[in-house]
Amino acid sequence: MTIIRPYGDTTGDGMVQLSFTLPVPHDKRAEGAALQLAAKMGMEPAMLVHAKQMGDAYTFFVVYGKVGHLVDTGKVQVVERDYPLLSAREVNAAVKRGLRRPLSVVGACIGTDAHTVGIDAILNLKGIAGEKGLESYTELSVTNMGAQVSVPDLVETARAKKADAVLVSQVVTQRDAHLQNTRAMSAAFREALPEGRRPLLIVGGPRFDELMTGELGVDRIFGRGTTPREVASYLVHAIIKEPK
Amino acid sequence: MAGKLGLDPRVVRKARRLAERAGRPVVDLARSHTTVSVERAVLRLAGVRGADADGIPWVNRLADAVVADVGLGHGVAVPVFHAMRETGVDDVTVLAQKAAAGAVRFGVPGKQADVTAARRLAKRATGAGLKLVDRRRAERERLIKRWGDPPQRPWIYLIVATGDIYEDIPQAQAAARAGADVIAVIRSTGQSLLDYVPEGATREGFAGTYATQENFRLMRAALDETSKELGRYVRLTNYASGLCMPEIAALAGMERLDMMLNDSMYGILFRDINPIRTFVDQRFSRQVHARAGIIINTGEDNYLTTADAVDAAHTVTVSQLLNEYFAYEAGLADWQLGLGHAFEINPDLPESFRLELAHALLARELFPTAPLKWMPPTKHMTGDVFRGNLLDGFFNLAGAMTGQGILLVGMMTEAVVTPWLSDRDVALQNVRYVLNGAGGLHEDFVPAAGGFIQQRAHQVLGEAVDLLEKIVDDTLLNAIADGTFGIMKRPADRGKGLDGVAKIDDNYFNPVTEALEAPK
Repeated sequence: MTIIRPYGDTTGDGMVQLSFTLPVPHDKRAEGAALQLAAKMGMEPAMLVHAKQMGDAYTFFVVYGKVGHLVDTGKVQVVERDYPLLSAREVNAAVKRGLRRPLSVVGACIGTDAHTVGIDAILNLKGIAGEKGLESYTELSVTNMGAQVSVPDLVETARAKKADAVLVSQVVTQRDAHLQNTRAMSAAFREALPEGRRPLLIVGGPRFDELMTGELGVDRIFGRGTTPREVASYLVHAIIKEPK
Repeated sequence: MAGKLGLDPRVVRKARRLAERAGRPVVDLARSHTTVSVERAVLRLAGVRGADADGIPWVNRLADAVVADVGLGHGVAVPVFHAMRETGVDDVTVLAQKAAAGAVRFGVPGKQADVTAARRLAKRATGAGLKLVDRRRAERERLIKRWGDPPQRPWIYLIVATGDIYEDIPQAQAAARAGADVIAVIRSTGQSLLDYVPEGATREGFAGTYATQENFRLMRAALDETSKELGRYVRLTNYASGLCMPEIAALAGMERLDMMLNDSMYGILFRDINPIRTFVDQRFSRQVHARAGIIINTGEDNYLTTADAVDAAHTVTVSQLLNEYFAYEAGLADWQLGLGHAFEINPDLPESFRLELAHALLARELFPTAPLKWMPPTKHMTGDVFRGNLLDGFFNLAGAMTGQGILLVGMMTEAVVTPWLSDRDVALQNVRYVLNGAGGLHEDFVPAAGGFIQQRAHQVLGEAVDLLEKIVDDTLLNAIADGTFGIMKRPADRGKGLDGVAKIDDNYFNPVTEALEAPK
């Protein structure tokens, strides 16, 4: 089945829930405004199930309702994993066989972003969700530069470490800082290193659109919930040309 | 006090003794060094105000000029006030401006009479700054008497973080009206690594608002207005951390901030600031906080966001004991110690809530009169806001059951967005429900003798003692270098801000430290 609609408690009922705040005090008119918004969003009929004034000038609403929109799962565009998921042992073996030297990875949070949770989850020995980070892979040589690294420092370190791949984590997204920082980073690498000697550029963070690689000038984007193993498997896939 | 956990007082005493032994070499290190930021704090208390056209504060320009001429090891007070006498300038900000233009040469006078005269002038100038800090403290005590403290414990602590002080103000006032007892203005990402304090009212910050003297003043004035309206003194919090913590502590004292985040090791571990720089800056900033009547909040919660909250539970206890020792040494009293800890155990772990209760109660029993700062879950907030709200409810309940002093309100949208107005409202409803329904539960909650919670608390305390013994043997600086806390490895000869540290000379003079260390 490729055509679907939301499911409340009966197939095809199209029910969704929505909460939002309007900048008005709570009264009948405010409730009407909330329903009008719901209708414009395609909820028809909509039920206002909760309204609560916050302070003098705002009201919080919860609305349940039916939407008429249909979704065609056949037309959904996503980045599917296009490489095999390997175990740590398989990754190490592939690097040993294909590269005959450790694969060098340099990671950092760039710009003003001080949130190292993402890069640490992927790189630190500790890892995430029961999976150890890339530092635990015997055939990967990992340099974690930590937080608030400047782009020139990152390029310099990548050069010094002969990085095969550069991993950049961006958590802060205010004013699209993550997109601006990523563009600045990829531009700096393009400028500093000729094609062919440039490391694989990978960014990760919870608010990236995985389809934006071309626009941001990077090789791969990883979104929320990515594990170290997925990143390691991708490195093998992208860097090591296995003889078939 | 018998206690609810049946802790062995001998073990507790031993833990404290070990913390003192681990901390003392670091205090000696702090006493034998100074930093550019300590010296700039002295200049701020001496009355240097404002910034140049590029926004670089005059304290930086002046301190840099002194360092360029005579180095840091004598302290800036004598060279600066000797230059005041020599040049006949009577405003220290004007001297800074002249120095920045290259019109002043600094030196350490050879004649003892000149040294004595410069010291006397420096003492008088910084004495005026400290008097202002004292006046602010008295003012706080008067306003609390007039408007009153929050009616309940824990105090409810809420964060605002818009980046724009003029957006922060109405949000903070709304949060106070909705029940917040403490407002924290989160700083802009990146401020911790600025080696100067920005000037003026600011409207441009990333994920937070710059800590500046003017922003402090504006927010405190706004909250005074709201406190009056509510009949309850609403406290204001900011961050004395990063490369400028001594200066920010001084500004906080002069603008009547009420609480400051101020951890002895956070900057080292999480911002890669040089360990010696941090310990020197820490000691000075804590001495200022002690004088200003400011409650410090320590940052142990952060260890648990990187390390595992069960495996590393004892590192929190160790850090709390170290923070306590460093705080006492700097003159802070128990009521000023908002020692941190957090609800960060993986909720999928069996008995996770009982483990949380054991850890929270352990902190309560070890530090019975400190206003512990209880931090909400962040690491296991997944974006599922419904589950997140439930987890926050359990966090609030653990806080009520174990008598925590300051409760940072958890947001179910943690890890999703900076809190929306409605997120804050839902989160406060959650807190109010728990405190209404179970606010006094700590009176009834006594874990079974020899039961799961008691055993776990004893185990964590035992592990903390073991680790402290290792730290004493290995030295604290080496333990930090080896990655004992929060997994980060931070050697003492690396890290940011190292070039702003100097060993002090025999003739070092700092009128502020001298006044703060004088017996009362």
